[in-house]
Amino acid sequence: MNLERQQANVHRGGRGAFKTLTSVMLNSRLFWTGLALLIILLVNLQISPNFFEIRMVNDRLIGSIINILDNSAPYILLAIGMTLVIATKGIDLSVGAVMAICAAVAVTLIKQYEAGSTEFYVQPGFVILITIGVGAICGLWNGILIAFLNLQPIIATLILMVAGRGVAQLITNGQSPTFTNDTLAFVGRGVVWGVPFPIYIAFIALILITLLVRRTALGLLIESVGVNDRASYYAGIQANTIKVFVYVLSGVCAAIAGMIVAGEVKSADPHKAGLFSELDAILAVVIGGTSLLGGRFYLTLSVMGVLIIQSMLVGLYVSTLHPTTNLVVKAVVVLAVLLLQSPEFRRFITQPFRRLR
Amino acid sequence: MKSRFIPLLMTFIVFAAMYLFAYSRFSSFGSMRIVGNLLRDNAYWGIAAIGMTFVIISGGIDLSVGSVIAFTGVFCALMIGRNGWDPIPTFIVMLTIGTFFGATMGMLIHYFKIPPFIATLSGLFLARGMAYVLSTESIRIDHPFYESVSKLVYIFPDKGRFTFVAGAFLLVLFIGIFVAHFTRFGRNVYAMGGNPDAALLLGVPTGRTTVMIYALSSFLATFAGIVLSLSKQSGDSTIAVGLELDVIAAVVIGGTLLTGGVGYVIGTFIAVMTLGTIQTYLTLDGSLTPWWIKIVIGVLLFGFVGLQKLLSSRQGLRLFSFGRDRKELQQSA
Repeated sequence: MNLERQQANVHRGGRGAFKTLTSVMLNSRLFWTGLALLIILLVNLQISPNFFEIRMVNDRLIGSIINILDNSAPYILLAIGMTLVIATKGIDLSVGAVMAICAAVAVTLIKQYEAGSTEFYVQPGFVILITIGVGAICGLWNGILIAFLNLQPIIATLILMVAGRGVAQLITNGQSPTFTNDTLAFVGRGVVWGVPFPIYIAFIALILITLLVRRTALGLLIESVGVNDRASYYAGIQANTIKVFVYVLSGVCAAIAGMIVAGEVKSADPHKAGLFSELDAILAVVIGGTSLLGGRFYLTLSVMGVLIIQSMLVGLYVSTLHPTTNLVVKAVVVLAVLLLQSPEFRRFITQPFRRLR
Repeated sequence: MKSRFIPLLMTFIVFAAMYLFAYSRFSSFGSMRIVGNLLRDNAYWGIAAIGMTFVIISGGIDLSVGSVIAFTGVFCALMIGRNGWDPIPTFIVMLTIGTFFGATMGMLIHYFKIPPFIATLSGLFLARGMAYVLSTESIRIDHPFYESVSKLVYIFPDKGRFTFVAGAFLLVLFIGIFVAHFTRFGRNVYAMGGNPDAALLLGVPTGRTTVMIYALSSFLATFAGIVLSLSKQSGDSTIAVGLELDVIAAVVIGGTLLTGGVGYVIGTFIAVMTLGTIQTYLTLDGSLTPWWIKIVIGVLLFGFVGLQKLLSSRQGLRLFSFGRDRKELQQSA
C-alpha cells in the first residue's frame, strides 16, 4: 500500500520527487540494516584506529575485517538456510543441535580412518558427503513433521533441538573426540590465496542459493507458501515439497557449519558445538529485516545481519571493555537495531517533531 | 469425556505409567522421601513453567526465564552474601526488578511490534549478561535466614521431607490455577491466545494484558531464582543455561497448545513431575547415560504433539470419542 503511494508520488514528479526519494530510502530495509552495520563499523574504527588494516603474514591475510568474515562464515550458512525457512513462515530451532550431530558424525568417522580403517565410507571425502547427508536427513525429519504431519515449526524443530544434543552425545559417547586429519581440518581452518577457506564456502553458498531462488521461480514459490500455504497449494504449488526442501537445505547448511566449527578446533564437542547458534542465526535474519511472519526474504540482508552481530563481537574483543559485558552490549545493540527497524518505534520517536513540519 | 481434557488425561496417564514403572524398579518411589525430593528438586523450574504456561496460552513465548533465574541467583547472593543486605528486602527489590524487566519486554512486544521470540531473546542475552557482569564466580550465601528456611520442614513418618521450597511450589501452583480460571486476567489470556483480533474487538485490553503476561512470567522466573537460591544457598551466573527449552517442553507435554488459547496450569505441573521422575529414575539407575534424558524428552514431546494433532483432526476425534458424545465432538471440531 505504501509502495503504491510512493509510486504515485514519483509519477507526479516535481516537488514530491525529493520527498519520495527520502521516503523510499527511509522505508527501505537495506537502508536501516546498512546504517546499523555502518554505525557499528565506525564505532569499531573509533575504538581501534587500525580496525580496517589488513596485513599479509605467512601468506595469510590478518586483520579485524578478515576475522569478522571468518567468524561469520558458519553463521552466514545458518542464516541462509534460516532465511528460506522463515520465508515459508517456519522457524528452525534445531540447527545448533544438527551442527553438533554432524560434527560428532564427521569426527567419529574420521577417527576410524585415522585408526587405520580402510572402509570406503571413512575416506575423508566420503566423510564430508556422509555428514552433509546426515544434515539433510535431519532437515528431512523436520520437513516431514511440518509439511505432512502439520506440526507447528517451532515445536517440530524443538523436538530435534532437545533430542539432537542427546543424539550427538550418544554418537561420541559423551566425549569430545579430537582428530588430526588435514582434509576435514581444511574445511574449518584452510587458507586459499591468503583468505580463510570458510569465507569461500559461505559466499559461494550465498551466491549459489541466491541464483537458485532468484533466477528461478523457487524464491517466488517460497514466498507464496509463506504468505498462505493453502492458497499456494490450490494455485498448483506443491507447498509441502517446498517446505520439506527449505528444511533439508537448512539441515545441509547446518551440516557444513558443523564441519567448519569442528575443523576450526579439530574436535567435536557435543555439548558446546553450535550452542545457541540457532538463536544467533534467527537474530541475524530478523536484524536483516526478514519478518518472522514469512512471505518475504532477503538473503543478502540476512548476511548483513550476521556481519552486524560479528562486527559487534569483534569490536568488543579489541575494545578495552571487560569480556563479561559482551552479552549486555550484544543485547543492547540488538535491541537498538530492532527498534530502529520498527516502524512503530520510529513513529513514536518522530511524533513530537511531526507537528513542526 | 470432553475432548479438550484428553491431552490432560494423556499427560496424567504418562506420568502415572512412568511413576509406576519407576516404582516397580525401585521401591523407594513409594516413599514420601522421593515425593518430597521430587517437589523440592523441580520446584524452581516448575514455578518458571507455570509462568510460561500463561505466556504460551496467550500465544507468545518467553525465552528469558533461564537467564532471569541465573540473574536473580547472582543478585541475591551478591547482595546477601557479600554486601550483607537482609534477605527479605533483597527479595522484594529483586522481584520488582524482575517484574519491571518482564513488563518492558511486554511493552516492546505490544507497542513496537517486536516478535515475542526476538524480544525475549534479547531479554535472554541481557539478563545473562547482567549476571556475568555482577559476578562470574559462584558466591556462597551464609545467612541465618537461609538456615532457618532450610529448617522449615515437615517430616513425614517415613522420614520424607516436605520442605519450604516444595510448599512454595505448590502455593504458586494453586494461585496459578486460580488466576488462570477464576479471574478476568486469566480469561483475557485465554481470549488473546484463541484469537487476538477477536479479543481486541470484544474489549479485551490486549496491550495491558500482554504487558501483564510477560511481567507475570518474569516475576515467577525471579521467584524461581529466589527458590533456587534458597535451596542451593549460593548464586552462580552459569546455572539454568537453556532451561527455557525444558520449561517450554514441559508446558507442551502438559497439553498446552503453542498456537495459544488452550492449556492448563495443572497439566504443566504434571509434566514437570513426569520429567522430574525420569531424571530421578535415571540418577538412581546409573546404568543409563545422562544424555538419554534429552532423547526421552524429545520422544515425549514428539508423542504429545503427535497426539494433539491426532485429536484436532476429525478422524482422531472419532478414534477417541469411544462412540459416546460424538455429536458434541463434531460440533466442537
